[in-house]
Amino acid sequence: MYKIETQNINLYYGDFHALKDINLKLEENTVTALIGPSGCGKSTYLRMLNRMNDLIDNVRLEGKVLIDGEDIYRKNMDVVELRKKVGMVFQKPNPFPKSIFENIAYGLRVNGITDRKFIVEEVENSLKKAALWDEVKDKLKKSAFELSGGQQQRLCIARALAIKPTVVLMDEPASALDPISTAKIEELIYELKKQFTIVIVTHNMQQAARVSDFTAFFYLGNLIEFGDTKQMFLNPSKEETQNYITGRFG
Amino acid sequence: MKALDEEIKLLKSEITTMFLLIQAQMEKVNAAMINDDKALAQEVISTEKRVNAQELTIDRYCENMLAIFQPVAIDLRYVLAVLKINNNLERAGDILEGIARFVLDAEKPFDNKLLENTGIHKMFEALLVMIDQIETAFTNDDTKLARSMFIKDDILDKVNSSAVKTVAEYIKEHPENIEEALYIISTIRKLERIGDQITNIAEEIIFSVEAKVLKHSKYKKGN
Repeated sequence: MYKIETQNINLYYGDFHALKDINLKLEENTVTALIGPSGCGKSTYLRMLNRMNDLIDNVRLEGKVLIDGEDIYRKNMDVVELRKKVGMVFQKPNPFPKSIFENIAYGLRVNGITDRKFIVEEVENSLKKAALWDEVKDKLKKSAFELSGGQQQRLCIARALAIKPTVVLMDEPASALDPISTAKIEELIYELKKQFTIVIVTHNMQQAARVSDFTAFFYLGNLIEFGDTKQMFLNPSKEETQNYITGRFG
Repeated sequence: MKALDEEIKLLKSEITTMFLLIQAQMEKVNAAMINDDKALAQEVISTEKRVNAQELTIDRYCENMLAIFQPVAIDLRYVLAVLKINNNLERAGDILEGIARFVLDAEKPFDNKLLENTGIHKMFEALLVMIDQIETAFTNDDTKLARSMFIKDDILDKVNSSAVKTVAEYIKEHPENIEEALYIISTIRKLERIGDQITNIAEEIIFSVEAKVLKHSKYKKGN
């Protein structure tokens, strides 16, 4: 069974046909990069995986989205539970206006956890998983806004990890960061895939090549090509893919 | 034209220069051997410095392209292929210089009949055609022409494998010419190795254009 499976997906924003007959199967504990020019549907596809598109008016979806074999758009689906299982990290780091500690503890408390010792342990574990613990362990009470951009993004990743997702969606997680922070995020992704399934949208071709096991190339709402990243960057099957990744598009 | 395309164009021009250098070296070595032209042999040896310098230039071009442009797909395969083709051509240049040194060092002219009987003339003819055609194959991304090198290389292999017998018989009849005979055996071995360098280049052209790896493949003649 695949971790994530999308079958015959057609998504519309009103009359606009944003995703056209997308069939994609993503394996567990892999990193899949979604690439393509602006407006191709990659972020729409990503947001579909934890039903963030529900928050947008006039969105209509046809087809099936299965995570662990379950249709996440079925009538009795608990969307809040879904978004715990399928976490998301956004382009611009968005920590809560709280302390570093509380940024992570908040999610646990909101889910009914009151055991102080457990919360302290989980905060430490999540920060360690996000490779941030050593940098913040002596200042957990400080405001999250005192952290650098790269640190804030890793805090957001820790926050997502604290509520034990199995899938982590990342929408251009490093595009607002400097090269060193970007490298740290990429290293983190490489480590995280041992425990999680990761889907990442990126405009950075080299990043897609570096971090992902599989790459999906979208164009004008169509899935043009999906395959092993190494193979796709050495010898893509489709000319459109080759034109895009070699920068000869348009 | 994109910056990368401009760089690829420049790189192509530089490697074409390398091909033409080696072609010219091969023609000179052939003539030097037939005519016992020691001045021409010296010219080949002096020109080898230029071949080496050109190899370094092309290596630098490729390194810059990888560093600056981080090419992928067909562009990456092209740069990787050029790096190896460059190396193959430089090796061919070394080998030709070695043959030129034989001509320079030989005390008397090579016996033309022996050159004929051992097949050295045939080898030079075949190699001159091969180097010309492989350059065309590279310039035009012609993988069919590249593939034809594998069969042509057979001519060189056949001469190489029968050379020892022919030369041994010659030595029996002309023991006074043993040194010359040894130079001829060595020349045949060297020419056969140039053939190998050209088939290596053919493999790289096929990799660059088709992303097929034929290196060490026993199926390349039919592939």
